[in-house]
Amino acid sequence: MSANAKVEEKLFQNRYRVDGGRPHIQIKDAEVCVSQCGTQPCTVCCPAGCYTQESNGRVVLITDGCLECGTCRIICNDYRNVTWEYPRGGYGVLFKFG
Amino acid sequence: MAEKFDAIVVGAGPSGNAAAYTLAKAGMKVLQLERGEYPGSKNVQGAILYSDALEKIIPDFRDDAPLERHIIEQRMWVLDDESYIGTHYRSDDFNKPPFNRYTIIRAQFDKWFSEKVQEAGAMLICETTVSDLLMDGKRVIGVQTDRLGGEIYADMVILADGVNSLLATKAGFHPEIEPKNVALAVKEIHFLPQETVEARFNVTGDAGVVIEMAGKITQGMMGTGFLYTNKESLTIGVGCMLSDLKKQKISPCQLLEQMKTHPSIAPILEGGEMKEYSAHLIPEGGYKAIPQVFGDGWMIVGDSAMFVNAMHREGSNLAMTSGCFAAETVIELAAKQKPFTAKNLARYREKLDASFVIKDLKKYKNMPDVFHANPQFFTTYPEMLNQAAHKMLTVDGVDKKTKEKQIMANFKHRRSLFGLMGDAFKLWRAFE
Repeated sequence: MSANAKVEEKLFQNRYRVDGGRPHIQIKDAEVCVSQCGTQPCTVCCPAGCYTQESNGRVVLITDGCLECGTCRIICNDYRNVTWEYPRGGYGVLFKFG
Repeated sequence: MAEKFDAIVVGAGPSGNAAAYTLAKAGMKVLQLERGEYPGSKNVQGAILYSDALEKIIPDFRDDAPLERHIIEQRMWVLDDESYIGTHYRSDDFNKPPFNRYTIIRAQFDKWFSEKVQEAGAMLICETTVSDLLMDGKRVIGVQTDRLGGEIYADMVILADGVNSLLATKAGFHPEIEPKNVALAVKEIHFLPQETVEARFNVTGDAGVVIEMAGKITQGMMGTGFLYTNKESLTIGVGCMLSDLKKQKISPCQLLEQMKTHPSIAPILEGGEMKEYSAHLIPEGGYKAIPQVFGDGWMIVGDSAMFVNAMHREGSNLAMTSGCFAAETVIELAAKQKPFTAKNLARYREKLDASFVIKDLKKYKNMPDVFHANPQFFTTYPEMLNQAAHKMLTVDGVDKKTKEKQIMANFKHRRSLFGLMGDAFKLWRAFE
């Protein structure tokens, strides 16, 4: 089973209230990920697998499964290429156990 | 709506709840803002509750707090790929009330704590994210929320907004956290029948067990794992420094999956139903990473202030204690009708310095650097110890003296005599 499939299976157990069309995290400049950031650690270290590496070298971010930990915000310290806010009040992951 | 409060507390985790509770009890007009649907819905912890800190706030918490199991046994495992070597400490003393520590489920516990805060008189508004601090020059005068017309004013704002501490960072009170000062922990909760949990850990009633783990489960990275018993579930998790995850490009999800397949761990989880997967950053930079924690009209408490003792896996107790200190500082100044200036709020830091919060962090101030610089503590040593145990415990006709020599030769081969002595010295210095 691929790494992403495994993450998706885990996230399926969680509760979310997705703020449709209003992602709370955004990549500032997609070009920086391609041309400057060689390692793209977000695509490996995000525990929810929100960042995927495309075959053309681009990084695609889908925040629906975000666990709101902040890893991507801190790990992108070389380029500071993510804008990271908390979801609007009441939206995002809703931990049943935490 | 130009309503003004004595204090606004941002966040309803342990530090925020402790602060809001203490302020409200003293009759102050307190507003607490929480971005989750209910307090606890955004909060994640490898959840061991230490009674002492909470007892000082709510002495009779045991009467109605949602507690899972009190801990009667602590295990420390150092793992190799196939084995572990470790120590177990179990005492019937820990099985006599009042109990010293409990496992909890944060979504339930935080909700309960928040109910106490509201009973004490604080106003709580959930589903409200604070987006910015309102400033008058250098002084914090309130908060901007994401609600319509969401400006709210107060004489004091206590930032209990957690490890990411976005508000303080945005306001320039402290720099962005560095990857070397924070660990990422991922965990899962697995449900099993209560009798299965009890049988697997040889406990009855409400007694429980915690296993702390180090070694090859972190694949060479600085970090630890844990597994503990709840009433009818087990929580398993692993945490590593973000700088190591970044450098080694290891997926935290895969790390946890790998750990769950360890031959000493898999049978414990066997047959459980996984019902939640969560992740959380833990500020583990220690004493040297503590930011400025007060200024004109503001104080920072709990995780946002980096108050975590990673060596002893303590955090929520530091959070609650710092929350109380911040509240007490406000109450004392208000009683003397002194303004909440940085100069007057320095009293908060004095209280912290005089307590276990800063004293403990100071004691281990060099520990993060020692572990960062010496990954052998997480790789070579676990292997060597497990190999040594394996050799001594395998009965194969070789005499024990020869086995000891072989073990020592292996230690020297793997690490050299100077390396071994140097490591012992480094650890001694860091623990001193």
